[in-house]
Amino acid sequence: MQAAKPSLTAENLACRRGERLLFRRLSFRLEAGAACHMTGANGAGKTTLIRAVAGLTTPYAGSVTRAGTLALLDERSGLDPDLPLGRALAFWAQIDGIGHLALENCCDRLGLGNLIDVPVRYLSTGQKKRAALARVLGQGASVWLLDEPLSGLDTASQGLVSDLVREHCQGGGIALIASHQPLDVPGMTSFAIEDFAPAEAEEEA
Amino acid sequence: MILTLLRRDLAQFFPFTGSGAALPTVFFIAVAMLFPFAVGPDANLMAKTGGGVVWIAALLAAILPLEKLVARDIDLGFFDQLKLRGMAEEAMMAVRLLAHWLSFGPPLLLATFPAAALLKIEGETLRLLLLGLAAGTPGLAAIGLMIAALTASLRAGAALSGLLLIPLALPILIFGAGALARADVASLGFVGAISLLLVAIAPFAAGAAIRAAREN
Repeated sequence: MQAAKPSLTAENLACRRGERLLFRRLSFRLEAGAACHMTGANGAGKTTLIRAVAGLTTPYAGSVTRAGTLALLDERSGLDPDLPLGRALAFWAQIDGIGHLALENCCDRLGLGNLIDVPVRYLSTGQKKRAALARVLGQGASVWLLDEPLSGLDTASQGLVSDLVREHCQGGGIALIASHQPLDVPGMTSFAIEDFAPAEAEEEA
Repeated sequence: MILTLLRRDLAQFFPFTGSGAALPTVFFIAVAMLFPFAVGPDANLMAKTGGGVVWIAALLAAILPLEKLVARDIDLGFFDQLKLRGMAEEAMMAVRLLAHWLSFGPPLLLATFPAAALLKIEGETLRLLLLGLAAGTPGLAAIGLMIAALTASLRAGAALSGLLLIPLALPILIFGAGALARADVASLGFVGAISLLLVAIAPFAAGAAIRAAREN
């Protein structure tokens, strides 16, 4: 599925929300196998950056270059709330062209095996997050964009996310993770988005 | 990918499989049922005005599904996920338009038979009514989709979409109901032409609208 080597490059990126400039002059380059952890307070612009990198929004300035397929995990699961979990995930499996067995493996990996028949709207926050992770895992994309993948998860599941990211990167994938909590991934770089926040004087200019 | 999406959308919106999706059709018959109660059982009057009532009922029924048509899937992050997989918003909206029409046009045409019986519409008038609705409902669906996508990110979107649909649907109503009064098939041609134009525009307008909704 992955033709060329995946890479993710941001150059001189600036984004705003409403009238407020959130960050500027943000550049990074992630090559195959790289994991990057982004930290920042609530409202600092982590989600905005993830969405700009995903190509869902147009950055105020700068550019993003992507090579490889993208998978996004954010607070919205993309799973139909009225459907049983198994069928909601099966829809994305069909879109992504993965088989029934591979999907089952993803579900087992995330401990969703006994929730398959439960409608998505009855799942707890953590269970929904794990379901969304199963969707990301099943997608088999080379670039993972994870927005708060640990929020709402218990300790065991948090460890599992670290494991998944580690395996993904060892397999030549890229992961950009926005999170408050630490992840246990060797060789992971990190940056604080606040370091790119505009100075007050600059903001008024 | 397109077929998978169409199947999913249909399951969401089709009567009796989707959640409360049969409502527009039931509502349509209910309006037709109310009319004889309101104006009295004068068969002549009903046969003369009944066709127009069916058209108004169809218009009102077209408003009902708008709330869920686009906003729900934006909140779900559904379109975002499709976008990441390389699908254009226009394609998503074209599929949605087809699913929306299939779940609302043909059931409405079927419901026209009991509605026509209630309103004493028969023969040639019934034929023109059915033809008109068949030509007009794709246009109504297209207007509905555009409005639903435009108002999806507004808080009062649902109420607003009803108000917006009515003036935009006027040309379809005028030509569609006008064909009944004059027993004239030519104005049905106009209904079809308006519908075609709207169907051609809708995926692009709605696609641009959900792209713009992401930016705020």
